[in-house]
Amino acid sequence: MNLGTETVHAIVICFSAAFTGNILLTTFLGMCPFIAVSREVRTAAGLGAAVVFTMTCTCALNWAAYHRVLVPLGLEFFRFVLFIIIIAAFVQFVEMVIERLSMTLYQNLGVFLPLITVNCAILGASLFMVIRDYSFIETVGYGFGSGAGWMLAILAMAGIRKKLATDRIPEGLQGPAITMIIAGLMALAFIGFTGVLQGT
Amino acid sequence: MTPRESAARKAMLDGLWRNNPIFRQVLGICSTLAVTNLLLNTAVMCAALTFTTALSCLTVSLLRNWTPRRIRMMVQVLIIAFYVIIIDLILRAFWPEMSTALGPFVGLIITNCIIMGRCEAFAGSNRPVPSLLDGFWSGLGYSCILLLIAFFRELLGMGTLFGWPVPYFATTWDKWIIMVMPPGAFFTLALIVWFFRSRQTAPTEAPAR
Repeated sequence: MNLGTETVHAIVICFSAAFTGNILLTTFLGMCPFIAVSREVRTAAGLGAAVVFTMTCTCALNWAAYHRVLVPLGLEFFRFVLFIIIIAAFVQFVEMVIERLSMTLYQNLGVFLPLITVNCAILGASLFMVIRDYSFIETVGYGFGSGAGWMLAILAMAGIRKKLATDRIPEGLQGPAITMIIAGLMALAFIGFTGVLQGT
Repeated sequence: MTPRESAARKAMLDGLWRNNPIFRQVLGICSTLAVTNLLLNTAVMCAALTFTTALSCLTVSLLRNWTPRRIRMMVQVLIIAFYVIIIDLILRAFWPEMSTALGPFVGLIITNCIIMGRCEAFAGSNRPVPSLLDGFWSGLGYSCILLLIAFFRELLGMGTLFGWPVPYFATTWDKWIIMVMPPGAFFTLALIVWFFRSRQTAPTEAPAR
């Protein structure tokens, strides 16, 4: 496959990861922060941006680590540990860099970074990337698309929950339960995108 | 009742009911919800998860006096990853079809928040045997709810249980395809959380730590 078609393919993968195969709404990854942090649009946007950035970079790093180090050595089973370490190290590194470079960015984004290490969506994207056997460019597209899809979902949820705050909800349904029902409705809406991308 | 017995009983009640990971703490639904469209896959995932939670709690507890506080999260993650790799290798060696069916979700047990949650909240400051029990019952309480979700999803969505057709549901029942698709999992989980939360009158004691 030459570079041009591969890039086009990567863009298709990016869109399908964000819409038809939204990592949150079809595979339920990243649910914990999704429920906990979706109360306010501002914080949701901060966390979302951090996820997009981290997911794109860690997917690329993990691709390199897997295909350039683990496969030649025959240590594929070791990938869980390696991916987790790379993600944690990357997050730590970014946190330090941001703290040095820009205090305002750190105050907006910094608090969300430690949360990300335990976000299953980040590790999930890397594992999917291995299982689906993406090339490097496709991996970058996939990482970015998944992150963007996650951000889209959490932003929409934060907006809806803001409206919901004034509604009367049965006692047992408050909090997580109603959030999940809304997520279910959102997942239904996202299924509507399925026809958009043919042949992915 | 000796104190030891009552502690074991308390761990059981907390894990299964009073402090159930799913409907009280709403933790760790990420990695397992995706496989709840088939009862068999769910059962395997739940067994794997309970195994990992119990043994990770035991190991974290055994090492608690030698783990520097600053890097304890990393140590816990590595311990959990160690058990997950064991499960992954066993599945791939003895049950390759199941390993393919579960795909990346076995690996995602590592980031399941309930394991970290139990290690951090209980095992890090308690003796090995109570930690093992605490992890085991938490895992089991979690598994019960997921099996319940999978039961409804497979029965209503495909008319089968563990792949076997159920008399009425496989034939005359109009199958709800939505149940085996992702939204079905959200709705089922929400209804189950709602049901159990409203059954559970306000807990008399603060959630156990």
